[in-house]
Amino acid sequence: MPDRIEVLKTYKTYVGGNFPRSESGRTYPVNNRDGENIANACRCTRKDVRDAVGTARSAFGGWSSRSAYNRGQILYRIAEMLEGRKDQFTEELEKAGLKRKDALREVELSIDRLIYFAGWTDKYPQVFGTVNPVASSHFNFSSPEATGVVGIILDDSSNLLSLISTMAPVIAGGNVCVVIAPEKQPLSAISFGEVLHASDVPGGVVNILSGFRDEVIDTLSGHMNVNAVLNTVDNPEVRKLIDENASISVKRVKHLPVESWSDESLENPYLIIDFQETKTTWHPVGV
Amino acid sequence: MADQTQQNTAEIKDEPSKKPTSPNADLKLDFNSFWEYSAAPESSDFVEIRKSYDHYINGNFTAPEKDRTMKSINPATEEVLTEFAEGTSEDVDKAVKAARKAYNKTWSKLSGRERGKYIYRIARIIQEKARELAIIESMDGGKPIRESRDVDIPLAAAYFFYYAGWADKLDYAFPGRKTEPVGVCGQIIPWNFPLLMLSWKIAPALAAGNTVILKPAESTPITALKFAEICSEAGLPDGVVNIVTGAGQTGSAIVNHPDIDKIAFTGSTEVGKIIQKSLAGTDKKFTLELGGKGPNIVFEDASVDQAVEGIINAIFFNQGHVCCAGSRLLVQEGIAERLIGKLKDRMETLIVGDPLDKNTDVGAINSKAQHERIKEYLDIGVSEGATMFQTNGSVPEKGYFCKPTLFTDVGQSNRIVQEEIFGPVLTVQTFRTPEEAVQKANNTPYGLAGGIWTDKGSKIFKVSQKVRSGVVWANTYNKFDPTSPFGGYKESGVGREGGLHGLYPYVNLLPS
Amino acid sequence: MNTITIPDFNQTIPIDKIGVEERVSRLNKRSIKKESKMQALKLALSMIDLTTLEGKDSEGKVIQMCRKARVPHASRPDLPSVAAVCVYPTMVATAKKALEGTNINVASVSTAFPSGMAPRQVKLDDTRFAVDQGADEIDMVISRGEFLKGNYNYIFDEIAEIKEACGDAHLKVILETGELETYENVRKASDIAMYAGADFIKTSTGKISPAATQPVTLVMLEAIRDFYRDTGIMVGMKPAGGIRKAKQSLQYLVLVKETLGAAWLTPEWYRFGASSLTNDLLMQIIKQDTGVYQNPDYFSED
Repeated sequence: MPDRIEVLKTYKTYVGGNFPRSESGRTYPVNNRDGENIANACRCTRKDVRDAVGTARSAFGGWSSRSAYNRGQILYRIAEMLEGRKDQFTEELEKAGLKRKDALREVELSIDRLIYFAGWTDKYPQVFGTVNPVASSHFNFSSPEATGVVGIILDDSSNLLSLISTMAPVIAGGNVCVVIAPEKQPLSAISFGEVLHASDVPGGVVNILSGFRDEVIDTLSGHMNVNAVLNTVDNPEVRKLIDENASISVKRVKHLPVESWSDESLENPYLIIDFQETKTTWHPVGV
Repeated sequence: MADQTQQNTAEIKDEPSKKPTSPNADLKLDFNSFWEYSAAPESSDFVEIRKSYDHYINGNFTAPEKDRTMKSINPATEEVLTEFAEGTSEDVDKAVKAARKAYNKTWSKLSGRERGKYIYRIARIIQEKARELAIIESMDGGKPIRESRDVDIPLAAAYFFYYAGWADKLDYAFPGRKTEPVGVCGQIIPWNFPLLMLSWKIAPALAAGNTVILKPAESTPITALKFAEICSEAGLPDGVVNIVTGAGQTGSAIVNHPDIDKIAFTGSTEVGKIIQKSLAGTDKKFTLELGGKGPNIVFEDASVDQAVEGIINAIFFNQGHVCCAGSRLLVQEGIAERLIGKLKDRMETLIVGDPLDKNTDVGAINSKAQHERIKEYLDIGVSEGATMFQTNGSVPEKGYFCKPTLFTDVGQSNRIVQEEIFGPVLTVQTFRTPEEAVQKANNTPYGLAGGIWTDKGSKIFKVSQKVRSGVVWANTYNKFDPTSPFGGYKESGVGREGGLHGLYPYVNLLPS
Repeated sequence: MNTITIPDFNQTIPIDKIGVEERVSRLNKRSIKKESKMQALKLALSMIDLTTLEGKDSEGKVIQMCRKARVPHASRPDLPSVAAVCVYPTMVATAKKALEGTNINVASVSTAFPSGMAPRQVKLDDTRFAVDQGADEIDMVISRGEFLKGNYNYIFDEIAEIKEACGDAHLKVILETGELETYENVRKASDIAMYAGADFIKTSTGKISPAATQPVTLVMLEAIRDFYRDTGIMVGMKPAGGIRKAKQSLQYLVLVKETLGAAWLTPEWYRFGASSLTNDLLMQIIKQDTGVYQNPDYFSED
């Protein structure tokens, strides 16, 4: 008998700044890489997706109108919080089957990537905005604006870094998101909700669900209140399903199959721009 | 005094009107009882339209695989202007092969500078032929010559001129990235601005190093076929630009062709969704410029007379056949009555009629089908309980014409407020607070364009940030420029055309 | 009699410059051909205030100008005479006499034209003198300095007093828009003038550049339209200075037609302050009739 019985963590979802269970009450067993059960995760349903999208939508106005500086500060704060919980996340990744060295590296890369995107919030509008020299007597400028609610569908290629690498550019640009955590290894993603909770990220800006992809991505990519989908699942049928669903409401879709999430090429502002609309404003010039 | 100033002129026989002394007098302004403008038709004598047109494939007019033709009608006279081929998938395939060959063999091998020079040539030839192109555009599409002459054609040339200059500067367009062309582009354009939409599509595509297959709309193919002649005249290498004519099936053959790398479509949201669905699971890039139901918000501190003019430009430009038309007028309560009165007065001065008459403000509705559709919406508006105002002036008996129309007493839930009519039909709603205006403006699946009228700068910035649309015209409306990106939020489309942003859909970005 | 509420002139009515100019540019695209052109040329001719306002003006010159006013082109007696002649106060009696028996009015500038830089009393005396001499119409100038200073009540009172001094004579108020610079100022000055009792508002003295422009005229016509709507009172419009060509005058008429409508398209409500315009109109009229382009040598210059 051990001296002390470990208190096991119940993994729930992260929606609207809270940690609700799936409305269905169902869970599914999560195994580590050796096939041993390490926890149970919520098996979210269509209704959970619906609720999360609604919650995200209500958070959009507030988040997108935060100043760029403020969004940058909050992203930086997330990184700080994650740094503070480095050990927790490293252990959790180890539990899922990563080697300690790899687990630590994944957490550190996650922190650095957050900081990378934190720094972009008040720069990408400068790099990608334009003042357009129109021929008439008008002042004309174009600037990027958040597209709205983004559904993020993660494959099983990573536990934490894929979430960070997709979520960070999406929210850095003022969007809100509903994330479907990696089906097989959702625990770190779910735990990341705790970091968000502690980091001044307004509730609803990032919503994280776990479950069986096949049961939720149809609803998420079809939902009329979702403006864009970022999909990392490199499967022709999944891609087609998402694309077809997207056409129902002319959603923007970004398929991002990634071989190695540690690849530095994922650190670029075009991932922000993929979820931005360009707004062009005209005004006459005259006394 | 009236007696003393009385003139012995032949023209002014009636006693000049006496001063009304009381505000209760009939204050109606009368715009039409005196000095009517004589007809001033633009001569179409020197315009050359062939009796029939084949597809333009690989630098030559090429007979279609199957002997199927369609007719292009002058909507102002209902006369046939020309016959043209209805493209089949075989024709499309032939065009794609030509485009692929040109892409591999010539166009992608050419330096940006040399590509640019070809595009400059095209711009210049459009300028040289501006008058003929304008007349054809008005004959084929029904738009007033004033607009085709002053807007469509000069702007089309300007877009080629603008993008020509990008061809050898692409390395500066996207920070940290090099570009490569996408490949072969399939482009499908609408009937409302035929040559202008062609220029929005072809100019950036060629500048970025792509080759194209373009399908003009079946009711307005002629300027695209004229453009084919211009390509030959410019010496553009064979196959770089291919024009395949036809209707929906031809478009579908383009969308579904496996060797096309990118689709650009401008048209209805309905068709846009079908295209997006057809492209599902493929790696084809696409841009969509779709419908709209543009809010035009007038605050009580606006410069009212200029706002009235802006409202007119917003909805009656090109018979309202404009995806970004300001078709929903939102007026702040305090000035609603005054503004609507002025608007009605201004509408009375709009001249509806012969598109080739230089004084025509509102030309012919583009096609019989569209005319029917607009009439249906007028009926819907009336049956929904809205109050309809139409101008007094006459419209020609032959041809498809619609009087400028205003609906008051409408609500957000009315179909005429929600659905894109694509005609000279404006709905008017009032609001009290800026928040209410923004809420109404955004309460639509569309998000293409909108207008804001206020003299207060800070209000413009706040409201324009809140309006979810790709273009915001503040104290102006329906302005276009090649340097200015255009495109929609939400169901109004994906991607931007025009400006630096308009290059993005036509390149693949590579790490530099 | 309904009372008229005088607006607070410190409140500026916003006017968008680019919007005004775009509107004018669109109106300029009206193509006036054939019968409508002939009709407009004759109409414009009948609306002219044939003007001479020079320090060197002589009685002889004024008398000859009056002849021109009566019969602009001797070989075409069917053509209308002009609306009025416009002279300095000291020439009013001469003009009046020369126009005896016609319907042509005599307009006199006054109020220390063109600068208006004189005490109120001098301006009133100037006006009364012109009226006593027989002027049917008085073209006064406003004190632009006071206006630009923001002393709007001063302007209002000045106009009201001159109006009173006019008696039965019609009052045209010259805003000298070239010195007001912004369209908002033009609008404000128009409103002040109308509420203070102007029968006509007039752009310019002709001594300052720019004189009349079409955008300025449009802004004034829109002010007239609003004033008419708000009070029921029609006010006339007179662009003056710089209108030399027939084509320009047709463009001005288009502005009137499409802003105020048919009721204003008469010399009672619309005038051109011009002199050389007369002959260009005549040349165009003869050209329309004969199909042959004309030579100025065939048209009398008075």
